[in-house]
Amino acid sequence: MSAAMITARGVGLRIGEAQILSDVDLDVRGGEVLALVGPNGAGKTSLLSLLAGDAIPTAGEVLLEGTPVAAHRPGALARRRGVLLQENRLSFPFEVVDVVQMGRAPWRGRPEEEDDDAAVGRAMHAAEVLHLARRSFPTLSGGEKSRTSFARVLAQDPRLIFLDEPTAALDIRHQERTLALARRRAAAGDAVVVVLHDLSLAAAYSDRMILLSGGRVVAAGPPREVLDPERLSTVYEHPVEVVARPDGSLLVLPIRTVEVSL
Amino acid sequence: MNKTPTAPTTTAPVVPRRSRTGVTVLFVVLAVGLLACAVLAAGVGQLSIPAGEVVSSVLHRLGLGGSPVASHANGEAALWTIRFPRVVMAMLVGAALATAGALMQGVFGNPLAEPGIAGVSAGAAFAACAVIVFGWTFLGPWTTAAFAFVGGLAATLVVYFLSRSGGRTEVVTLILTGVAVNAVAGAGIAFLTFLGDTQAREQIVFWQLGSLNGTRWPYVAIVAPLVVVGILVATTFARRLDLLALGERPARHLGVDVERLRITTIVVVALLTAAAVSFAGIIAFVGLVVPHIIRMAVGPGHRVLVPASALGGAVLLLGADLVARTAVDYADLPIGMLTALVGGPFFLYLIRRTRRSSGGWA
Repeated sequence: MSAAMITARGVGLRIGEAQILSDVDLDVRGGEVLALVGPNGAGKTSLLSLLAGDAIPTAGEVLLEGTPVAAHRPGALARRRGVLLQENRLSFPFEVVDVVQMGRAPWRGRPEEEDDDAAVGRAMHAAEVLHLARRSFPTLSGGEKSRTSFARVLAQDPRLIFLDEPTAALDIRHQERTLALARRRAAAGDAVVVVLHDLSLAAAYSDRMILLSGGRVVAAGPPREVLDPERLSTVYEHPVEVVARPDGSLLVLPIRTVEVSL
Repeated sequence: MNKTPTAPTTTAPVVPRRSRTGVTVLFVVLAVGLLACAVLAAGVGQLSIPAGEVVSSVLHRLGLGGSPVASHANGEAALWTIRFPRVVMAMLVGAALATAGALMQGVFGNPLAEPGIAGVSAGAAFAACAVIVFGWTFLGPWTTAAFAFVGGLAATLVVYFLSRSGGRTEVVTLILTGVAVNAVAGAGIAFLTFLGDTQAREQIVFWQLGSLNGTRWPYVAIVAPLVVVGILVATTFARRLDLLALGERPARHLGVDVERLRITTIVVVALLTAAAVSFAGIIAFVGLVVPHIIRMAVGPGHRVLVPASALGGAVLLLGADLVARTAVDYADLPIGMLTALVGGPFFLYLIRRTRRSSGGWA
């Protein structure tokens, strides 16, 4: 495992009276897919925004190459890390190809600019949005918007990739493709941090998982260690079963025989 | 572990793109249209000068042959002391307002933002009125423009910070904020009109209606540098406004220094609006109509939108001013009245369309 690209030490985030995150320690390393999981309101998205440099922690620090992430200049940071948010809106009717092309903005005026067209083409091919190239972004379906935005992040070609629920709006094929692409980026040495709700999907595609609950890290490690049925049942406040399939993959399933009190 | 079998592409696929021809055609049409309008506008009026003589006179002054206007004794003088300053001012004011509109829409992330509607023009007008009423001259001929800039900047900042939430401006909030700013600035102007003497009152009333009547070269000399600098600066950051369309956070993820871009844009909007308002008064809707048409023609990319809006605004206002001074014999109609007459219904149409397309007043 290569050296940590991002180091978070004793990170906390407080917004007004609400303590969103407390005492989070983690390393993000090149070559791995790190999944952030946990129930709603556990602080996954907040942690992602701290790691990506969108927000500054109120306690502890998040370091990228030894310097606080948010202290890096915007341009330099954009050449290192790309972020896919949950919601992807656009104020004006740009075409899909224009949106993906926006991912190349950090490389303007640099030698890498030569690669712009090829990078856009590869990214659109990978995210399967080539056929949508001339469509106006606001007319796309939720899943198509999500894939277009993912293509934008791929075109940006960062070493550190943050994905916030990238599969939420996607069909099965594209859920699998998106995470397979994330894996391929990790295999090439990049670091991928992904927030996921589907624990089976997270188990299948991540090297390490961090389980958050109430703003704290409850468990961290390989999926096999983190996905303990008892621990998950407590954290998610619903009985959960973890099934190991013959091929070694894990399935995390809610137990549906219990009555849900509404 | 399931890995989707994707064959890695060795050669990057060809991406279908918008053809560049449309953009070239647009700029050629606008440039030719601007020249044609300018020659026409310079020739038409109570003293009619044929287009050929107009061109010949310009060439003569440029030292490229040609000759002074011969068909009228006063032709040459009318052309160079009355018509041309007005033609140039119309182009400058139109370019300034349309560019300011395009920039405001970009930074507000809202296609309905416009200096007139948002109250920026009224803020600039209020400050300029103060100069008229109190007869301030401590900055020489630049006093009006300087005050208009400060007033416009204050109004833009107020609208911007009051109407935004979560990195965007909703249509309703923007327009209601504009209503409030316009009301306060309007009250200020009313009070100043009340304070002023008869001469100042008359000046304010006509100037508030928006008019290019009485434009002379010294005014052009003040407005021109402001507009040229404003538009040039705008073209340097236009591309980054595209990224702002993604929202503030994604723009930051792509390396945009969002705070700096916002402040720069707001200052340039105030500068351009002040330049337009300080001599021509309140001319609304140019900043709404022009960028909208350009977007329909060549898409929303600001690198094309900003310069094309400048050209389009120049053409539109030149045409509007021509109508304003020739529609009724021996009368110079207020141009602000004309643009509002056309722009108002257009604004309604845009509101309805925006409401439909976003499924509500978002």
